[in-house]
Amino acid sequence: MYRARLVRVLALAAALSLGVAGCAQDPDQVQTQQPEDTGKSEPTIEPDPAPTVPADLVTAAGDGNATCPKGTAIAYVGTINGVAAALGRNILNGAKVAVEEHNEANPNCQVKLKEFDTEGTPDKAPGVVTQAINDPEVLGIVGLAFSGESDAVGPTLDRTDLVALSASATNPDLAKNGWKHFFRGLGNDNDQGPVVSRFLDEVLRAEKVCVVQDDSAYGIGLAGIVKKDLGDRVVCDPSVKTDQREFSAVVSEITAAEPDAVFFSGYYPEAAPFVQQLRDARYEGDVIAPDGVRDDEFVKNAGQAAEGTYLTCPCLPAAGFTEFTKRYKEVSGGREPGTYSPEAYDAATILLKGIDEGIKTRAELRDFVRNYKGQGLTKFFEFDENGEVIETPVWVYRVEKGEIVHFKDMSK
Amino acid sequence: MASQALLLAYIGESIDFNIQLLQDRFWANTVDGLAYGAIYALIAIGYTLVYGVLRLINFAHSEVFIVGAFGAYFTFTVLGYQPGVVLDTGLGPLIVNLAAAGIVGALCAGATAVLLERVAYRPLRRHGAPRLVFLITAIGASFVIQQIFFLWRGANAEPSIRLLHPRPVLTIGDVEITNLQIVIVTAALVILLIADMFVNRTRLGRGIRAVADDPDTATLMGVNRDRVITLTFLIGGLLAGAAALFYIMEIPQGVYYRGGFLLGIKAFTAAVLGGIGNIRGAALGGLILGVAENYGQTLFGGEWRDVVAFVLLVGILMFRPTGILGESLGRARA
Repeated sequence: MYRARLVRVLALAAALSLGVAGCAQDPDQVQTQQPEDTGKSEPTIEPDPAPTVPADLVTAAGDGNATCPKGTAIAYVGTINGVAAALGRNILNGAKVAVEEHNEANPNCQVKLKEFDTEGTPDKAPGVVTQAINDPEVLGIVGLAFSGESDAVGPTLDRTDLVALSASATNPDLAKNGWKHFFRGLGNDNDQGPVVSRFLDEVLRAEKVCVVQDDSAYGIGLAGIVKKDLGDRVVCDPSVKTDQREFSAVVSEITAAEPDAVFFSGYYPEAAPFVQQLRDARYEGDVIAPDGVRDDEFVKNAGQAAEGTYLTCPCLPAAGFTEFTKRYKEVSGGREPGTYSPEAYDAATILLKGIDEGIKTRAELRDFVRNYKGQGLTKFFEFDENGEVIETPVWVYRVEKGEIVHFKDMSK
Repeated sequence: MASQALLLAYIGESIDFNIQLLQDRFWANTVDGLAYGAIYALIAIGYTLVYGVLRLINFAHSEVFIVGAFGAYFTFTVLGYQPGVVLDTGLGPLIVNLAAAGIVGALCAGATAVLLERVAYRPLRRHGAPRLVFLITAIGASFVIQQIFFLWRGANAEPSIRLLHPRPVLTIGDVEITNLQIVIVTAALVILLIADMFVNRTRLGRGIRAVADDPDTATLMGVNRDRVITLTFLIGGLLAGAAALFYIMEIPQGVYYRGGFLLGIKAFTAAVLGGIGNIRGAALGGLILGVAENYGQTLFGGEWRDVVAFVLLVGILMFRPTGILGESLGRARA
């Protein structure tokens, strides 16, 4: 009997709360429940065309006359099945395209691409890197994929003659260790900050800007650069925490300041709910965020609110590289090239060029990379004494109809 | 007085001390804080009830909550809702769908809580394990459930699904209150009231209070202790599941394996703040914590959000060691 009463009470509770849900709904809202209105109008700024293949591109195929011994290999070291696996596969598949192109054109030089899965974590990476070091066939590494793991294995790799050319690790500090093995084939986080300020200034012409930073070294660093560049045009600078999902106080501070643009300096798990709650509060200005947010997960999780968000990235769009895209889809089972796929093609190509020139030892290949000069798909490759590439293009992307599409070339 | 002003000025320089902003946004912060605090309150009941009956801090309760969130989320997908677009179903179906998701979420969470009790805690009780072992088991159970969801759904959050697009329906002064906030606060208060009535007015509730007060005597008087404990876990789980529905209505990005962790800690804090073991205390603690967090964040900056919550807790416990309303589930009155 009492059990029956309990059921009744609970049913009543459910009915009551839902009745309230119904009452609180404005009738005209129900009729016009369109996809969420984000308040963004169509861009008045024309997007830049995606870059096409440079005329003087150094291809992986080469002249087709290369010879090398059997059992020559390069390695991809980074996440394949672990965290952020999609990002790792973008890179692995980009490198695969280069190796296939090379092996098809050069019958007397068949290079293997060996795959080492670090799962993307600094605690797993050292063991996996040791495997790569102990494999005598491996002459050079494309990787490591992430900054954290690159940092963790740096000292180990530096005791060997192996070269590690990363197509994606963007923490600026990695190049400050004096490591002789470390090369970076793309701009680092310090190249992105100035681009954010320049884009706010020249393209969006924002007079008042709010800078939101998370509590990561990446977010704080980038926000610092942007705040310094913009000076007193920063009208509010709230901070958020990793794993925070409720941003009402921050949103309320921003809407009170009425900025023309908001820069969110952090990663996509926080950016998605933040941008959604910001748009829910009917903020209608621009939103811009760095490459930590440039991920399909951001679009999936922010939903309609993601529309029109600008995303900076030191990576190039692959849309204009038709031959590369075609081959990429073959090796990836139909997927489009992603973030850092063209950069990975370039990195692998540089290592293959060295092998084509007859290099047979790790030390020689490392010196070859140090002195390398050549045009890649994404940029002209030439490294400074710290292993940083000198030309560092940065693009701004935009979320349109649920896709991240290229928008503006902000390279100087 | 002069030295106090000096001290305030000093603090103002060293950390972001924005009284003006808090004044401007005071009521907006209050409303937002109450809506979020209501969710804390519902979860806090689960901690408080279990503590009242077993003197156990059920750390796995945050995972009971996230199971409810997944349950409600999957109900959305089964009902045909898609990520990204707010489906136009009209008011009637919307209510039915929300009810369905809430019920499924509550049942999933309730079942998880009961299962947890059966599998993890009851065997320990049979063997008369010391209290510390229960605590470690709770932490272990929490990890196990988290990892199950990690292996099943991966590290990324489920793509967000929204049934109700928040829009302001009420404006008082310069404060806009959204439909979502009204729904969450009202529904949560109704549920809290029913839970309170259930424990204080019904025969089953009397059983719970009896076991909380003196388990041995209650057993001698014919109360089935195991049944009361199961019932306690069930109620806590059902409320956590209801909270999960409100949570994913407000934060659609929250459905992922670690999504309950921080909320669980906050809800536990709320329970201690209000007086652990006390239903009204948990409700009050949740609302106070939600509001205080928002004030603190506006006043000191976002990085102080969690600090404010815990400083508040320590501050209150210094003057009222048993929380605002005291530990009183066992005694008949709050």
